[in-house]
Amino acid sequence: MAVFTAPKIVSSRSEFADSHTLTRFLATGGFEGLRRALTMYPEAVAAEVDTASLLGRGGAGFPAGRKWSMLRKAPVSYLVINGDESEPATFKDHYLVEREPHQLIEGVTIAAYALQVTQAFIFLRGEFALGLERVQQAINDAYEQGALGSNIFGSGFSLDIVVHPGAGAYICGEETSLIEALEGKRGFPRIKPPFFPAAIGLYGQPTVVNNVETMANLPWIVSHGGAAFAALGLGRSTGTRLFALSGRVNNPGMFELEMAKNTFRDIIFDPALGGGIINNGQVKAFIPGGVSAPWLGPDDLDTPLGQDEVGAKATMLGSGSIVVMDQTTCAVRAAWRITKFFSRESCGQCTPCREGSGWLERIMFRLEHGGGRMEDLDLLMDLCDNIAPGLGWPPQQTTICVLGSSIPSSITSAINMFRDEFYAHVTHDGCPHD
Amino acid sequence: MTYFRQDIRLRAQEVVALYPQKRSAMLPLLHLAQEHDGYLTPEGMAEVAELTGTSPAEVRGTASFYDMFHLEPVGTYVVGVCTNIACLLAGGQEMLDHAASTLGCAVGSTSADGMFTLEETECLADCNIAPCVQVNHRFVRTTTPDALDALVDDLRNGRRDEEIPAHGTLIRVRRSGGLRAPADQVANERAVAHRAREERAAQEKK
Repeated sequence: MAVFTAPKIVSSRSEFADSHTLTRFLATGGFEGLRRALTMYPEAVAAEVDTASLLGRGGAGFPAGRKWSMLRKAPVSYLVINGDESEPATFKDHYLVEREPHQLIEGVTIAAYALQVTQAFIFLRGEFALGLERVQQAINDAYEQGALGSNIFGSGFSLDIVVHPGAGAYICGEETSLIEALEGKRGFPRIKPPFFPAAIGLYGQPTVVNNVETMANLPWIVSHGGAAFAALGLGRSTGTRLFALSGRVNNPGMFELEMAKNTFRDIIFDPALGGGIINNGQVKAFIPGGVSAPWLGPDDLDTPLGQDEVGAKATMLGSGSIVVMDQTTCAVRAAWRITKFFSRESCGQCTPCREGSGWLERIMFRLEHGGGRMEDLDLLMDLCDNIAPGLGWPPQQTTICVLGSSIPSSITSAINMFRDEFYAHVTHDGCPHD
Repeated sequence: MTYFRQDIRLRAQEVVALYPQKRSAMLPLLHLAQEHDGYLTPEGMAEVAELTGTSPAEVRGTASFYDMFHLEPVGTYVVGVCTNIACLLAGGQEMLDHAASTLGCAVGSTSADGMFTLEETECLADCNIAPCVQVNHRFVRTTTPDALDALVDDLRNGRRDEEIPAHGTLIRVRRSGGLRAPADQVANERAVAHRAREERAAQEKK
């Protein structure tokens, strides 16, 4: 049975239709976390986040406190919020910017205070037209309330936040690519190491890049203390997390659950959550954390929704988005569509990714639509091995960023789990499901 | 003389002032250029180049990287249908085919009356209401063919103008807060914070 004992930390206002308004925000504890933070030393605020051991919610799961402590000390530094949510099947940040924009602004202000940064940018996906408007409105509201601008709540601390619209590029979710886009250039990821954004980031200055959901956790952490946050969850997976459930389930949606306390079976089948498979079907496979993650099968349903627990299965919890496939789903078609996505979104800097994704997509296309050959399976595995040598997890990287090494996940998963289906596609000269 | 209308020109200058470096305003200004013309015209891009201190070639080179920027004219309504994994499992491909027949244009093209452009998009981050459809980057949440047809009818008759402005208009909320604290004040606060941090560090050492 699913566990629902944890409080809602980032989606506490989800029951209200007017959760995006200042009135509702103020009536439900708005700016309390910020007011408290401003009475503390900046280091003490950072220490609370360290105590909370809040893992970054963007996908890589790096501890936010540690990322902050790596910020090189310099007279000018920047805070950049990553809201370029484009990992297929991920829609948590979409909710947070559209439905609880003031909470985001409060969280960003707390982070900026802890880091003593006076300029922050929120990079939002361009396709979130309403989200962009709501966040801009929330910034306007915060200015009016004295919660933003110069001398915030009389504390002497000043901050300006600028909303920066993206323009449709998956790669801009990669932090150095996002910085390039913020500098007004093509979104090409930068080579790192040696210099990560914490040393050389926006305009060559030290920069912290954090995810929207990471920021949304901060007001609660400051109000209730890092220890209360760390008491939730299990092991390294502390607090709660927004899980996005989609695919062949009766009740797809976004659920805030305590980390590592529930399993994939709980979220897919619990009547209050996923509500089971459409037409009482069976789980054929599921993607545990965005399409960059290798797939899991029915035997893995009892894996807890925690960072290390999923990591132990040679895949990742990633962005917390779960896609469920049932027996009506064609594994070849699913893997082909995901590969087509990567092929389209490769920025084109590195040969293995640019060329490899296109080759893989064309081979998957002919398997799905006719013209596939038996030797295509070996060819696919060989190409995947060229992009991510050894095909292990976490994958070896042959490219500047991790988009390249994410490409093989769906193809190798589909071949390893459903090899017979590939054979059927070859003998049937196309998809037998059509 | 500028190419942009006065109101767009004014907003463009406001945007440039928000950033420490002018070139950072590139993407927001290109969105404004699209609001001005519906797509990116050579004149619009030249004005963005002037505003950002770059060349028209650099502006075009940057714009061509991003899916949302159109270098050719598009319809008043750009209809995007997602066929990525979550939508694929909910009939996204069938929805895209249906949209093509309703709108009377193939994927990637514009209807003869210039009203609609149809695009196959990647994931739009609304996967629990699948298949996902956007019109001019606004979520319309039509998940059945009938609902899509009703929406298209509404759009043709201008019944959704309030909610879905013509293509190019992205952010209708103007920034109203002070642009930023005065530079000398920020520098002063930063120096005070820096000193305080060092004093605390020194005290902790003792």
